[in-house]
Amino acid sequence: MSERASVPKEEEETESETEQEPVTTGAQSVIRALENAGTDYVFGVQGGAIMPVYDALYDSDINHVTMAHEQGASHAADAYGIVTGDPGVCFATSGPGATNLVTGIADANMDSDPVIALTGQVPTEFVGNDAFQETDTVGITQPITKESYFAADSDTVGDNVSEAFALADAGRQGPTLVDLPKDVTQGETEVEPGKPETPDTYDVPEEADDENVQEAAEALAEADRPVILSGGGVIKANASSALREFAKEYEIPVITTMPGIGSFPEDHELSLEWAGMHGTGYANMAITNTDCMLAIGTRFDDRLTGGVDSFAPDAEVIHVDIDPAEISKNVYADYPLIGDAREVLRQLFDAMPRAPDADEWRDQCQEWKSEYPMDYDTPDDEPLKPQYVVEQFSEMTPDDTIVCTGVGQHQMWASQFWEYTEPRTWVSSHGLGTMGYGVPAAIGAKLAAPDQEVVCFDGDGSFLMTVQGLSVAVREQLDITYVVLNNEAVGMVRQWQDGFYEGRRMASEYPWIPQFDKLAEAFGARGFTLESYENVEETIQEARDYDGPSVIDAHIDPGENVFPMVPSGGDNGLFALNEDQLDMI
Amino acid sequence: MPGPAPDERMRPKGRRNTQGIRVDPEAEVTHEPRQAVLSALVKHRPGVLSEVSALFSRRQFNIESLTVGPTVDEDTARMTILIEEPEPGIDQAKKQLRKLVPVISVRELEGEAVRRELALVKVSGEKPDDVNAIADMYGGQAVDASTDSVTVEITGSKQKIDAAVEAFKQFDVQEIVRTGAAALERGPKTLEKDV
Repeated sequence: MSERASVPKEEEETESETEQEPVTTGAQSVIRALENAGTDYVFGVQGGAIMPVYDALYDSDINHVTMAHEQGASHAADAYGIVTGDPGVCFATSGPGATNLVTGIADANMDSDPVIALTGQVPTEFVGNDAFQETDTVGITQPITKESYFAADSDTVGDNVSEAFALADAGRQGPTLVDLPKDVTQGETEVEPGKPETPDTYDVPEEADDENVQEAAEALAEADRPVILSGGGVIKANASSALREFAKEYEIPVITTMPGIGSFPEDHELSLEWAGMHGTGYANMAITNTDCMLAIGTRFDDRLTGGVDSFAPDAEVIHVDIDPAEISKNVYADYPLIGDAREVLRQLFDAMPRAPDADEWRDQCQEWKSEYPMDYDTPDDEPLKPQYVVEQFSEMTPDDTIVCTGVGQHQMWASQFWEYTEPRTWVSSHGLGTMGYGVPAAIGAKLAAPDQEVVCFDGDGSFLMTVQGLSVAVREQLDITYVVLNNEAVGMVRQWQDGFYEGRRMASEYPWIPQFDKLAEAFGARGFTLESYENVEETIQEARDYDGPSVIDAHIDPGENVFPMVPSGGDNGLFALNEDQLDMI
Repeated sequence: MPGPAPDERMRPKGRRNTQGIRVDPEAEVTHEPRQAVLSALVKHRPGVLSEVSALFSRRQFNIESLTVGPTVDEDTARMTILIEEPEPGIDQAKKQLRKLVPVISVRELEGEAVRRELALVKVSGEKPDDVNAIADMYGGQAVDASTDSVTVEITGSKQKIDAAVEAFKQFDVQEIVRTGAAALERGPKTLEKDV
């Protein structure tokens, strides 16, 4: 399977160049810049200040997906970016349109997902006057983008968009924004946008320093207890194949971060799956006891490390990252390797003097796998366990099935009990933890990979936040299966209240939520209810067979919690396997 | 067989400090804050100052002063930023600054860099001769005078200005403004060319 699912840009460019009319307005230049960059889809919502841009889109071959809410536009673009590897594009008008995009932009920024947001703005002469639907979009978004541009001139607005596109895609990917005053987009120009090029102040490192690579390789070869920690950057850099070759050649156990899920096949014996707050016991044992960690494309988020004082306390850290600012930000890097993950893995592959002598360590990792398996009980007389639903679904679907999620307990179960083997099949909100991400993300993912099956696990609380997106999935006839793991609560909050707030369940129980199967039918989707073990397979199969969006409202055991668990700021090695162990630590 | 309970599991003896650096389990290691002068060349365009100051605020870097002004190249401005942070923080501040798109280059100026600050001090005009005498002592001069007030300009290091301000307090300081430090490396080194 190719790591980047979309059609190469070069092919598209040659096709479209022949039929291009010269631009006459700023808005046309904006659309031309998107066309030149190979944009297939734009997710957005119309509105006053962005109307000239939409008017120019009328004549373009770019597909526009009208979303029900701008937040959905930014999440759909984000998921599109994750699945294709190319920037996803979203449009919104000024004021509330722009502020509604903000959550999705912040989400993309935290997870380094390539997204371009184009926002309408009031005409330049009104900017600063508190005009109707005016807001300081650049000011609001500057801290949550790689760069936010204010387009000042019809002649250069196309260049702004080209540059924003290139910047979102280059180096460590992330969101960019161009704010488009109405007079600038309406204004006449004959200037075609320039090629997508990054700003001259933006350097993208490729290969790491050879001497550093040599030293790091020596350290890794010397290690007794080596691990690889594979982050989201491995997937972003299309380095999953390189990682697989490296790990298999030198027989080093692989742990992923949550965004790194799919970078290494979880069914391989070297895989320990993912570490962190709700990671596997064996991954957390290995990450705690390693003496040399090759960490690639990870920013050592606190949900991964727990308290840094107890994180991998014996480990020399080799840190590969394309962003120099991530080196020694949270965890000190003994061997910093600044560069593109795929390039650096290739360099390391060649530089390794030998494989580490780690038979004993690998045996130990296998032993941890049998000591701390990902288990759960399925008593027939009790309500349905969410883990079972996820596991069954995983077994019934092909390897390249894309899983999207919202945020909460369901997200953890979807990551723990689904078996991921391919990159770009796990689409979730990690750093920002955005409830409501799932419904629109699945729309973006499905359009990005129409030939792959798309499943979205959501929670009842999370689903309710962006459920209006179902109308879009119905209109676009997208074959997505939504599974709401419904425990009538924001379950992760409730779990923490029970664990750390003496069971005082303030505002976490949701007995008032609607019947999601009926809600789905009201939108024109298929609705199913799932209440017992006996019809899990059958219901999943029916939902999958339906050619269009379907929603399975799975009433799960409301008492089920997510384990293993490392309490916030805790020691990864001291993960709790159940409530009793949580009390012990 | 379920594996050992949390407190019975295998674990190594090492530890890290709060900055994520491996330390001797027996020794206390902390990084003391120190002052650093960062000099940055930036694109001279709207929004740059807010981008830089927002970066320092959201990442909780302790900033003492920030000055900005044009250079000989009209497209480029220069910022001088004084921060006080433990070592890893200073390193982070430099790296995060370099990540901002309008930032062209960043360097920490060494201890002996030329550092100057300007202060304007408005004091009571009752004893103009005495005010002048103190201004002379600090190499300053009166730049404005009225029947009720004298305004004095002083240039120099932070320490010199601190001392001067202290001395002017005897004349009833009515208003004061300080620019914060501007700084340049000594010798032929510049931000664009390493020598």
